[in-house]
Amino acid sequence: MAVISYREALNQAMREEMERDPNVFVMGEEVGHYNGAYKVTQGLLQRFSERRIVDAPIAEMGFAGIGVGAAMVGLRPIIEFMTFNFSLVAIDQIVNNAAKIYQMSGGQYNIPIVFRGPSGPAVQVGSQHSQALESYYAHVPGLKVVMPSTALDAKGLLKSAIRDDNPVVFMEGETLYNTTWEVPESATGDDLIPIGVADIKREGKDITLIAWSKMVWTCLDAAKQLAEEGIECEVVDPRTLRPLDVDTLAASVNKTGRCVIVEVGWPVAGFGAEVAYQMQRHCMDALDAPIERVTSDDVPMPYAKNLEDEVQPQVHDVVAAVKRALYLE
Amino acid sequence: MVRAVVTASMTTPDSKRVEHHEHQELVDTTPEELAPLYRQMLAIRRLEEASAKAYSAGKIGGFLHLIIGQEAVCVGAIAALEKKDYVVATYREHGHAYAKGVAARPILAELYGKKTGCVKGLGGSMHIFDKATNFLGGYGIVGGHVPIAAGAAFASKYRGDGAVTLCFFGEGASTIGGFTEGLALAALWKLPIVLICENNQYSMGTPVYRSLAVEDVSLRALGHGMARDRFDGDDVVKVKRRIAEAVERARTTGEPTLVEVITYRFRGHSMSDPGLYRTKDEVEEWKRRDPLPRCRQRLLDVGMPEAEIAALEDDVKTEIEDAVKFAEESPAADEYKKYVVKE
Repeated sequence: MAVISYREALNQAMREEMERDPNVFVMGEEVGHYNGAYKVTQGLLQRFSERRIVDAPIAEMGFAGIGVGAAMVGLRPIIEFMTFNFSLVAIDQIVNNAAKIYQMSGGQYNIPIVFRGPSGPAVQVGSQHSQALESYYAHVPGLKVVMPSTALDAKGLLKSAIRDDNPVVFMEGETLYNTTWEVPESATGDDLIPIGVADIKREGKDITLIAWSKMVWTCLDAAKQLAEEGIECEVVDPRTLRPLDVDTLAASVNKTGRCVIVEVGWPVAGFGAEVAYQMQRHCMDALDAPIERVTSDDVPMPYAKNLEDEVQPQVHDVVAAVKRALYLE
Repeated sequence: MVRAVVTASMTTPDSKRVEHHEHQELVDTTPEELAPLYRQMLAIRRLEEASAKAYSAGKIGGFLHLIIGQEAVCVGAIAALEKKDYVVATYREHGHAYAKGVAARPILAELYGKKTGCVKGLGGSMHIFDKATNFLGGYGIVGGHVPIAAGAAFASKYRGDGAVTLCFFGEGASTIGGFTEGLALAALWKLPIVLICENNQYSMGTPVYRSLAVEDVSLRALGHGMARDRFDGDDVVKVKRRIAEAVERARTTGEPTLVEVITYRFRGHSMSDPGLYRTKDEVEEWKRRDPLPRCRQRLLDVGMPEAEIAALEDDVKTEIEDAVKFAEESPAADEYKKYVVKE
């Protein structure tokens, strides 16, 4: 069976959507001649020319805003942030303009734009380049927030994001670009995954693990280890934080009666807290134990590898949380 | 084509003004050209006055920023446009919207927070939008709209549709990043845009000499290799001519221009501002340069009969009274969930 990498999947999604719609263009730092800081836009300049693959200088607020303005009048921009850490200097454009113009204009101007790029803690790059910012964007009405964990999801969701008539914050896992996923035999090459639909990455009956982006992989490893002890974990990946597929998540928790939410962001006001609220609200009668959360420590990311690992949720942290929820410790 | 013309007065630390040109040369015009411009300026002033009255009566809430005194800038500049061109403005934008073709009725109804407002009571005074006239909005974050305007111009260049974008902002926006980045990218990518700084001497209560090391905003164009212009904005025809040069440059060569127009707002920053940071003498001196009486006199000088001017003024009075009635009688806003995400 053929496999595709997360990086190739994103590249294919953009390439196919640009072939399909002449209004789609890519703008960002190093997206063209350099072929992308993370090589996600590799080869697109050769195919689509400088008109549609636009190298921008270091001015995130400027080119994010240019994307919003272009989207107002009918283009469909894909704005690449070299990493989402740099989106913070453009957050006014995302929060005050992209997310609000449809409402502020009384429904006259919608903003079909994708803000995409690597996000989440990386490896030994220090606190400014290594943080999870999805909770910031998931807080904002008017935005959609997508966080694919696998190559297949990345492709299908990015294609949906580009075709969506609203601003989509598409946060790729910085450490996931080289991961691969099997392409099913039935794939047509044009398979869209709808935004707002969760996916069960592993079925199980004893406990539900809810995680997104790279934490899905941590949970799958934990589930594998726990299976050896006879504990069957169901790993549910919302894939989209806004809108959140509460129904699928709640159905799993109502089935297993126990829930652990794993995120790589900080604990305070992290998105997992909202998920925990929704699960207790919809699964109160089924819950056999308090909902557990596993997060990074409440500190800026340190540089040293041993400390960096200590800060972030590891497989053993997830295993321990599962055992707490099962009253095994 | 790059030129800088310094004719305007400046506020100095002791609030005395310098470099005032009392004798400005007249720009040739005709009653046919001037009468509609006078009518627009007058309608905007009456609209603003009606808004202030309604605000004082508690019928308009929030922030209300009036453009009284500055009407010649938006009216003159937008008169240089074609219908397909775009306008992006600030939170002081009722006049710009009207000049672009948005009617007084929906503007005032929006201020009243009514269902019949331009944006259904969801935006208020600071967020007028109108797709039918390519009015891309009023924005409340200073400078944040400059990149948006550059984006509309980017789209025009991408599509080759020949449209030009006008972006209005105050001199207070010239210190924030959104302005600098929008300017830099418009220059780099040669976007068909005219960036118009309405220098009304004060960013809220702070005079230019306390906010800008160099008080000439148009000089920022030089570092970007961009064309620039700078002139005073009392004469609506002069504004129209000078902006038309920049619009023509954008349309034919794709080159952007940074234009600084020196003007003055007669009222406070918003309705809650008593304007204690400036002297009455200063305000009175600027009122002697009021673009409206100046334009009216010019209309008489170029041959429009007094009776016709009076008829035009009556017509404006009727229009604004009708808009007030419309706003008063319109149903309350009733929708707030429908326009969050487009289905």
